[in-house]
Amino acid sequence: MARVLVGIKRVIDYAVKIRVKSDKSGVVVDGVKHSMNPFDEIAIEEAVRMKEKKLAKEVIAVSCGPTASQETIRTALAMGADKGIHVEISGNEAEFLQPIHVSKILAKLAQDEKVDLIIVGKQAIDDDCNQTAQMTGGVLGWPTATFCSKIEHGQNELTVTREIDGGLEVVKVKTPAVLSADLRLNEPRYATLPNIMKAKKKPVKKISPKDLGIDITPRIQIISVEDPPVRQAGSILPDVDTLISKLKEGGHL
Amino acid sequence: MMLAMGRRLKAIECFLRRWVSSRPDPELTALRYNVKRGSYAVPNDTHVAFFEKLLGPGGVITDSQECDAYNVDWLKIVKGSSRLVLRPRSTEEVSAVLRYCDERRLALCPQSGNTSLVGGSVPVFDEIVLSMRLMDRIIHTDELAGVVVCEAGCVLQRLDEHLSGRDLMMPIDLGAKGSCLIGGNVSTNAGGLRLLRYGNLHGNVLGLEAVMANGNVIDCLNTLKKDNTGYHLKHLFIGSEGTLGVVTKLAIQCPNLPKAINVAFLGLRDFKKVLETYRLAKGELSEILSSCEMMDRVSMDIAEQALGLKNPLASENDFYMLIETSGSQLSHDEEKVKAFLEKVMELGIVDDGTVTSDPSKIQKIWEVRERLAEAMSKEHYLFKYDISLPLSEFYSIVAVLKDHLKDCDVRYITGFGHLGDGNLHVQVLTSDYDAKVNARLEPFIFEYTSKMRGSISAEHGIGFKKAKFLRYSKDESAIELMRNMKRAMDPNGILNPYKVFT
Repeated sequence: MARVLVGIKRVIDYAVKIRVKSDKSGVVVDGVKHSMNPFDEIAIEEAVRMKEKKLAKEVIAVSCGPTASQETIRTALAMGADKGIHVEISGNEAEFLQPIHVSKILAKLAQDEKVDLIIVGKQAIDDDCNQTAQMTGGVLGWPTATFCSKIEHGQNELTVTREIDGGLEVVKVKTPAVLSADLRLNEPRYATLPNIMKAKKKPVKKISPKDLGIDITPRIQIISVEDPPVRQAGSILPDVDTLISKLKEGGHL
Repeated sequence: MMLAMGRRLKAIECFLRRWVSSRPDPELTALRYNVKRGSYAVPNDTHVAFFEKLLGPGGVITDSQECDAYNVDWLKIVKGSSRLVLRPRSTEEVSAVLRYCDERRLALCPQSGNTSLVGGSVPVFDEIVLSMRLMDRIIHTDELAGVVVCEAGCVLQRLDEHLSGRDLMMPIDLGAKGSCLIGGNVSTNAGGLRLLRYGNLHGNVLGLEAVMANGNVIDCLNTLKKDNTGYHLKHLFIGSEGTLGVVTKLAIQCPNLPKAINVAFLGLRDFKKVLETYRLAKGELSEILSSCEMMDRVSMDIAEQALGLKNPLASENDFYMLIETSGSQLSHDEEKVKAFLEKVMELGIVDDGTVTSDPSKIQKIWEVRERLAEAMSKEHYLFKYDISLPLSEFYSIVAVLKDHLKDCDVRYITGFGHLGDGNLHVQVLTSDYDAKVNARLEPFIFEYTSKMRGSISAEHGIGFKKAKFLRYSKDESAIELMRNMKRAMDPNGILNPYKVFT
């Protein structure tokens, strides 16, 4: 039975309105409600379902970030993960943490924990990078299947349905492998009260990138973060004639 | 990306969802309910010409198809035959319209977001529809005092969004928030999901401006929390459903936006356990408790089937409760919520549950409760009752109705509602309007409610649908005084006729 490692990121909750800092150095995160990246939630759900179907022996949830990331790990544990690993990175450093760093961390942990499968969300909704799965596969030299919407388990191989522009693509990958979860892979559960309580007693190991021998020196510099342009308000016109003349005025006709 | 886009589309989606219904329009109210038209003048071309001149382009609608959007209610249970819709942009225009109509005895049906659940917002015959939709300016926001002054046509959700940028919120929230207008909320004294914590609109409306039937503008637009001078006339326009005047401007008291919200969704075995949970929630959560809602198994099943919503719990339960807390510090609230939940689980009162403080999950859980009315009306005709009952008798009405209707062709009988306010929504779902079911239900359910000393309309108002049953909740002496007030303020009876009174 497989050991599964799932990467989860703490991001600003998608129901919260994002505000850009006045000095344009980033977005306001203090006092803003965070939760688990929705695609990572799908990844956790998939791993937990594997465990329920006796396809996985252990599910390990890993999060790289500040102390508060432990809340995200607790959520994963409440959903059914067995143990957590918190790779502690200060808030300041976390802002410049990139997929290249995270994939090296995940790859190292995957080797240390002797896992057979890594599942991550296809992208984080804050930076929209969509690189972690690919790079983790690259670092480990493992087959990688991205944008999974269906995963079927065979003997030492997986049949994966991928969401691509033209429709669906079915591929086979040998394990060990890296997968990235797309939106339609599953619908994550809500953690139940007994499991939320049990999750408090599950082990969470704290570790630093230094312990893993991974250099997280920033490779990027954020020059400016800005709000998207404000959309012009529409107007209601009294009749079709006015509409036509307006369209002509604007050179659309 | 997809999720961010989803956020932007949410508002449009909400609006569309409310209007896309698979059921056809109902037959005309006048026919189905055998109503006699009052002796009002019939709107003619001269009237239309006057209004076109008064209101300008976009202010008058006479196209019959366009008018029908204003003739049919959201639940599709009533339909009028108006061929004239007026859309004033200012108090002065409302006043001129009313004066003109009063002098000519032209009947009017004031309409806001048209989300009435008792047929109060659409004409019965050919009443001119007075749509308040274009009066949607937010006039002033006092952030320190927590007061917003706005026109009556502002959409509730837009006001809430406007305020949330200032760390304030509306004291009222309800499922129809994306469509309903604040003027309609006030005119019907709408209740909703925050009433348990913040009280009803009689307390939260600080002042208002309204236009009387004769066109006189009554300025009671006070913005002070305390103003104990003279008669408190604003109350005449709160909950009188547009029969005494048309509300044009409002000053509303707004609480601070809570910094921490927790939502628990619970599964329970029987109604006794629901009441026990409520009792404990009041005690353990006290000042942070902001909502206590319940729904039965059938309600949940319909939400899942009709709208594809997800039951937050994997288990099936006979009853579900949604408990929300709002406070100023998450860790403090979470500790209380945790202690409460541990207690109800340990005592075996609650069988299953989940709890979250993630805004996205909170939104999803609330959606199940907020969209119940929509789910039920999607594929069925809905006999909908909104009653207040003493908590001890709160849910027994569903069993009583099941027995009373056992030989009728009924699909479902469901109950859900604002437990914390003693307010139950009882629904009888049939495949189409069924006169036999109607005759069996009314006045039976009102007699029953009256016998239990409940109210036949807890928050939806009287509208058209319940006008003839008013006496089950109001003494004749009170109804007589209401009539006298109506005569004094609208002697020609042009404002929202056939509603509230028979």
